[in-house]
Amino acid sequence: MSAAIFRIWRGDAKGGAFEDYTTDVSEGMVVLDAVHEIQAKQANDLACRWNCKAGKCGSCSAEVNGMPKLMCMSRLSDLPLEKPVTIEPMKAFPIQKDLITDVSWNYRVKKKIRKFNPRPPDAADGTWRIAQEDIDRVQEFRKCIECFLCQDVCHVLRDHRKHDEFIGPRFLIYTAALEMHPLDTEDRLEELRKAHGIGYCNITKCCTKVCPENIQITDNGIIPLKERVVDDHYDPLGWIWKKLKR
Amino acid sequence: MPDYETFQHDVLVIGSGGAGLRAAIEASAAGVSVGMVCKCLLGKAHTVMAEGGIAAALANVDDRDSWKVHFADTMRGGQYVNNWRMAELHAKEAPDRVRELEAWGAVFDRTKDGRILQRNFGGHKYPRLAHVGDRTGLEMIRTLQDHGVHQGIDVHMEICIVTLLKDGKRVIGAFGYDRERGRFKIYRAKAVVLATGGIGKAYKITSNSWDCTGDGHSLAYHAGAGLIDMEYIQFHPTGMVWPPSVRGMLVTEGVRGEGGILTNKDGKRFMFDFIPDNYKAQTADNEEEGWRYTQGDKNARRPPELLTRDHVARCIVREIKEGRGSPHGGVYLDIAWIKKKLSNAGEHIKRKLPSMYHQFKALGDIDITQEPMEVGPTTHYIMGGVQVDADTQMSDVPGLFAAGECAAGINGANRLGGNSLSDLVVFGKRAGEFAAKFAKENAHGEVDEAQIDGYAREALRPFENSAGENPYSVQRDLQEVMQHNVGIVRDEAEMLTALDHLKTFWERADRVGVIGHRDFNPGWHTALDLKNLLTVSEAVTRAALERKESRGAQFRDDYPDKDERFSKVSTIIRKAVDGSMEVQLEPLPEMPDYLKQIIEEMK
Ligand SMILES: Cc1cc2nc3c(=O)[nH]c(=O)nc-3n(C[C@H](O)[C@H](O)[C@H](O)COP(=O)(O)OP(=O)(O)OC[C@H]3O[C@@H](n4cnc5c(N)ncnc54)[C@H](O)[C@@H]3O)c2cc1C
Ligand code: SF4
Ligand code: SF4
Ligand code: FES
Repeated sequence: MSAAIFRIWRGDAKGGAFEDYTTDVSEGMVVLDAVHEIQAKQANDLACRWNCKAGKCGSCSAEVNGMPKLMCMSRLSDLPLEKPVTIEPMKAFPIQKDLITDVSWNYRVKKKIRKFNPRPPDAADGTWRIAQEDIDRVQEFRKCIECFLCQDVCHVLRDHRKHDEFIGPRFLIYTAALEMHPLDTEDRLEELRKAHGIGYCNITKCCTKVCPENIQITDNGIIPLKERVVDDHYDPLGWIWKKLKR
Repeated sequence: MPDYETFQHDVLVIGSGGAGLRAAIEASAAGVSVGMVCKCLLGKAHTVMAEGGIAAALANVDDRDSWKVHFADTMRGGQYVNNWRMAELHAKEAPDRVRELEAWGAVFDRTKDGRILQRNFGGHKYPRLAHVGDRTGLEMIRTLQDHGVHQGIDVHMEICIVTLLKDGKRVIGAFGYDRERGRFKIYRAKAVVLATGGIGKAYKITSNSWDCTGDGHSLAYHAGAGLIDMEYIQFHPTGMVWPPSVRGMLVTEGVRGEGGILTNKDGKRFMFDFIPDNYKAQTADNEEEGWRYTQGDKNARRPPELLTRDHVARCIVREIKEGRGSPHGGVYLDIAWIKKKLSNAGEHIKRKLPSMYHQFKALGDIDITQEPMEVGPTTHYIMGGVQVDADTQMSDVPGLFAAGECAAGINGANRLGGNSLSDLVVFGKRAGEFAAKFAKENAHGEVDEAQIDGYAREALRPFENSAGENPYSVQRDLQEVMQHNVGIVRDEAEMLTALDHLKTFWERADRVGVIGHRDFNPGWHTALDLKNLLTVSEAVTRAALERKESRGAQFRDDYPDKDERFSKVSTIIRKAVDGSMEVQLEPLPEMPDYLKQIIEEMK
């Protein structure tokens, strides 16, 4: 067993600093294991969020050596352990304490997006008929575990702090999943263009690169949405016609 | 009294997993004001981890299925000590609850003719699990969450409830702290629904998430409710065993459903060695037939790998104990072998089991399309919990309801895979409906302020004791003892030793200390969770001691057989007047003839 140094950001909204902790490293360990080990033995009050430790809940998001990651899915064997491993909270959201940020903005944004509104059932027993190939794309977007790493890395939020004008990649693909849902009848294009600021996205694809679920956020979600928004804006009737025909 | 922030709702739901969300939605739809508290963030509760699917007799894939078959399967799986009424309601109502999820935006995998696809799972006679790849729990929680936020439910995230509040016999609210700042809060409510999930964190090796510390079980017990069936803990047969950091992480039963087989170090497929009598008629007696079953042949019977979880887990333990295990103390689970049967096996596996493929690749350096996995049992689910009325989900404490994993009855001695997600929505809905009704019929109770000050002082005590023992050490020692002494194979001597240990753990828990301040302090949170972990651990041990037989998930080395005397009783745990824990046997309700007949017909 060898030891490694973990340089963890400690502090709160008022400020803080990195602190070094040394802990043993064993086979298969992930970053979250090291944080837990430190928490259990050296710093009981070290705050970090986690639930599943299986990459399924999206709670343990942080920046590991500067990269937005799920701590529970980041193997230590993939990191250069001869140098300290830095662990710090996400940057796009206000700090609460240590590795924890206030992600409540995301919940407020989601609530503003118009909810799913299905067409009347296809069959007398109240059910619908949907072909698998018509939902493959929607299912891809619904793999999202709401880790908010894509929000963290998007420059519109991270650097330009446009939280009031732009919903961010997570909620663009959330909207895309609703818009492409074969049963949905709502039209969200106007609000995407105005209140939800899709125009701020300049397709840098940084969001896609960090998504732990490998969702093709930009190519499969944002770009088709942008096309629809443009079509709709210049040719609203044509768009409605297409939507009905689908 | 210091000024505690106080909230007032008609119905308070504790927990935001599938059961809590469904209860909150229903109560809200009934027109009462609803608050929901959870100690995690919304959408992150343990339910998000569920993989294989939700059981409901939709009969989309095999039209021979019906609620009667589902009912009979559930009772057989539970060794007939289930609450028959809950099993009946569950089987009848699950299909509607699944269809309703679709109407709220869930996107299940489809059959060729465009309906909801269903897959095979252990103990279910026909393909019955509606699913979305192997991330069904995520689909369910996201659907309920996204529907729920538009229903006017007040969600209080990252709030941990430490005690229920009572006025006389009735529960009238709850008291807790917010994790962010450590400030105390009072939640007044006319009815309270517990939906706090399981107790996996009482064990060292578990598939459960952080929140599963048995809080609801413990809150109900200390409020005077009875806990039944606490001895029945499901050890899922297939958890990861290597590397150490992922030990216990679940490998979905779906792997076996898709044709995966269990072998020992000699390459022998050992599950054919012993098939219990009551399953002989429906189990394949050769490998070829088993394979055909997994590929949808309606005339084939299921392979023995898909027998109930208690049985499969014990067979695995036997192989390991008798020296035929794998290098890291498990056995092999092999899905890669299907390349002998399917030309595109690699792609097929990746498409059917994407998370499993990813999980082993990312965390274990194993490509499951090429090599077998090493697996062993992991603490997964508790059948036992708060005793509730089958129709209303109210406990024997007025105003206190429970639903989901923290309630008991539907599963008897063993739960079938997929029956939990359906339980959450069927009984979550019922709990919400009847809690709302109760709230409409009753006024708010009186909060006893002096008592609340006492709870607050008690909760803050670890801060006065910063030189006290580290709470994490107590937690770790407790998990170790439960794992070794009250695990899959039990006996009286080991469990009595466990009780001795628990006594010292209670004393140690009383003296733990925490450092730092009240803002998001996991050391403090762990110190407060100890009371719940200890309460449920003691309840499990006492119930397991009382049931001097082996049945379903309870296996006693000193009483290896079923005993008629225990075939019609539940253990029930209560807090005695002197504060000690009491265990008794309580007769099960008598099953009506029309249900007995169904069971006979389906034998
Ligand atoms: C890996 C895995 C896979 C599974 N797969 C399946 C499957 O395919 N099919 C199936 O049917 N079942 C499956 N199960 C079982 C199923 O997921 C659980 O039984 C079920 O999700 C429990 O749901 P729940 O709503 O009762 O509670 P949970 O989802 O556990 O939610 C509990 C909630 O209570 C909150 N809480 C707890 N204590 C407190 C407190 N003191 N104060 C405030 N809030 C509190 C938590 O924060 C959380 O929000 C699986 C389980 C695991 C571990
Ligand atoms: S592609 Fe758009 S949404 Fe994604 S990171 Fe770049 S600017 Fe942000
Ligand atoms: S889209 Fe990907 S990165 Fe963004 S929140 Fe969802 S899972 Fe995380
Ligand atoms: S803890 Fe759930 S994703 Fe990491």
